[in-house]
Amino acid sequence: MTTSEDVNKIVEAEQENDQKFKHHVCVCVAAGCLSTHSGQVKTALEEEIKKQGLVHECQVKGVGCMGLCAAGPLVSVRESGKVYQEVRPENSADIVAGLNGQSPEPADAPKADQLSAEMPFFSRQVKIVLENCGKIDPNRIEDYIVAGGYQALATALAEMTPPQIVEEVYKSGLRGRGGAGYPTGLKWSTVSKARGNPKYVICNADEGDPGAFMDRSVLESDPHRVLEGMALAAYAVGASQGYVYVRAEYPLAIERLQNAIKQARRMRFLGNDVCGTTFAFNIDVRLGAGAFVCGEETALIASVEGGRGNPKPRPPYPAEAGLWGCPTLINNVETFANIAPIVRNGGSWYASIGTEKSKGTKVFALAGRVKNTGLIEVPMGMTLRQIVFEIGGGIPDGKRLKAVQTGGPSGGCIPEQFLDMPVDYESLNKLGSIMGSGGMIVMDETSCMVDVAKYFMEFCMSESCGKCVPCRVGTAQMHDLLAKITEGRASLDDLQMLEDLCDLVKNTSLCGLGQSAPNPILSTLRYFREEYIDHICNRTCPAGVCKLKAPMEVRA
Amino acid sequence: MWTEFGSTTPPSSDTRWRIVGAAMRRYGYRPNALIETLHTVQETFGYLDEEALRFVAGALRVPLSQVYGVATFYHFFNLKPQGRHTCVICTGTACYIKGVPGILTAIEETYGIKPGETTSDGNISLVSARCLGSCGLAPAAVMDGEVVGKLTPQDIVARMKRWTK
Repeated sequence: MTTSEDVNKIVEAEQENDQKFKHHVCVCVAAGCLSTHSGQVKTALEEEIKKQGLVHECQVKGVGCMGLCAAGPLVSVRESGKVYQEVRPENSADIVAGLNGQSPEPADAPKADQLSAEMPFFSRQVKIVLENCGKIDPNRIEDYIVAGGYQALATALAEMTPPQIVEEVYKSGLRGRGGAGYPTGLKWSTVSKARGNPKYVICNADEGDPGAFMDRSVLESDPHRVLEGMALAAYAVGASQGYVYVRAEYPLAIERLQNAIKQARRMRFLGNDVCGTTFAFNIDVRLGAGAFVCGEETALIASVEGGRGNPKPRPPYPAEAGLWGCPTLINNVETFANIAPIVRNGGSWYASIGTEKSKGTKVFALAGRVKNTGLIEVPMGMTLRQIVFEIGGGIPDGKRLKAVQTGGPSGGCIPEQFLDMPVDYESLNKLGSIMGSGGMIVMDETSCMVDVAKYFMEFCMSESCGKCVPCRVGTAQMHDLLAKITEGRASLDDLQMLEDLCDLVKNTSLCGLGQSAPNPILSTLRYFREEYIDHICNRTCPAGVCKLKAPMEVRA
Repeated sequence: MWTEFGSTTPPSSDTRWRIVGAAMRRYGYRPNALIETLHTVQETFGYLDEEALRFVAGALRVPLSQVYGVATFYHFFNLKPQGRHTCVICTGTACYIKGVPGILTAIEETYGIKPGETTSDGNISLVSARCLGSCGLAPAAVMDGEVVGKLTPQDIVARMKRWTK
């Protein structure tokens, strides 16, 4: 039995154990830093501490993503707040000596590169979803509990009714973080009222947008947060079985998620008697197999059922007839990650952050031509300029910003003149882009916008499932037309045909993949039309990316 | 050769089939565990051949057409054997604008293979991934399971040369 009191006992025991150590050295062990060998850094630090005889006062912890992935491996010291970047195993002598303010032994040991904790990258962020990332060990459920985890679940099961939870989520104004921005409270309320038994909860972790890695980082750094959110959702809508549908391309995230499920079961936060009540909820992991379309909810359901990921027309919506025909609640990883804090602090607390229609914070994967690439969380309504130039540190190599791409292959490119627009669902839609799941790619003048549009169309073309004609044939035709333009073989008639096709595919495709596939073309045509004209009429690529044929003689 | 429905006898005495059999048992031979089973087969044998597809179809009581349909729908499944070494190039947006096209050209010029192909001696397979989620390290690749980042065309060719010694 795990009640609030049991949770408190675990917290006390952990805190007591924690206080034995004077220093906590945290090494990032998320995929980004691991690939720059943070595992070796961790071992080197442990050995150095042993060598210095500090085993009883210093603890080395493997923690989740600290955000600044480009500067990895990252090491931080909890007590002093120091953060070191690009740490090599050789730097461990310097870091360990620095704990007690001493100089390293030998004196010529290579210095570790220290970052300022006051740098805007850290200080301008507001962390709700990522509050534990980079602080707790993702492989230990105790760490999550000490950070306040599972408190919301234990309290809710003891003191709240399911409709009260739905009400809190509704009040919070939280909207689906997978991209479409449908009000989460409304979805929950529909599923809770839907007739049918059993009901299912599915977590969409099929993060397919290229250039997006928010869900991967959350699952690798704080998997229990997602499980707690799912359990609260299941209690609220009356489900007893949950699935996490996660990409097979994320082996580390899968491993940590499965480990977390095992731990949660052992501690009765999942299982047939959650927190000692009669509420039963189990979670299984289902693996994707590399199909972008499976991020679409009906396709995802088909894939969980073991078939090809073909979408179905809606209605019926999954809320009424989803997995195996039963009412199903599908939310994205980040949406579920927001639930525990909302239940813990109340919906009105969450609604006090953000803009009028877009509440709370949003996690973005900032990448491309920007200095501080990595994972960030900012309140809704922050401007793109603040994100790119303050948090992101601006464009490297003295280049000029050309556009910011949001929403992946379903989104668009926002040009420099709109950098002061606040980032929320409505503003981005108005600019012809979408919030999307959170990929934010910064492009400078070395990127050709026609080439970028072709890149996304190539993506949509090969990821189209082939079920409906507008998407299957339309994306291929649009790609061919863009290829013609980038190769210098196109005429203005081709441009007209491209625009007509955009309109057709957008309006007649079966699912979101096809409906949004023309967005990158439409938005680049809207803001960078002259680049298309340059390719067609002058046979030149202003960015120097496309290899155009020499001007041809005009055929009659 | 036809597919025997409900038969769980492995197609050969290869002991690796035991791993596949154990996975199917764990899922109670449920037809909806098809994708999980195919993942296990690929992890165990490296790819899905006709023999494996027929066996899985029979054991899970799923029509062979459907098994083949699923195996070919998802990019993750290989129906052909892979090379001894695998190089997965990330073609996500961040990697793309930071120079992946040049990397692919360099590999093609050196080894004559495009993504999805294997060198004729069966040594190296080149695969493209949609996004590895390592955008901070763009352009990134996975070489025999190890993620390498901030690559240039020269880097990648130099690293692949170590495989051809």
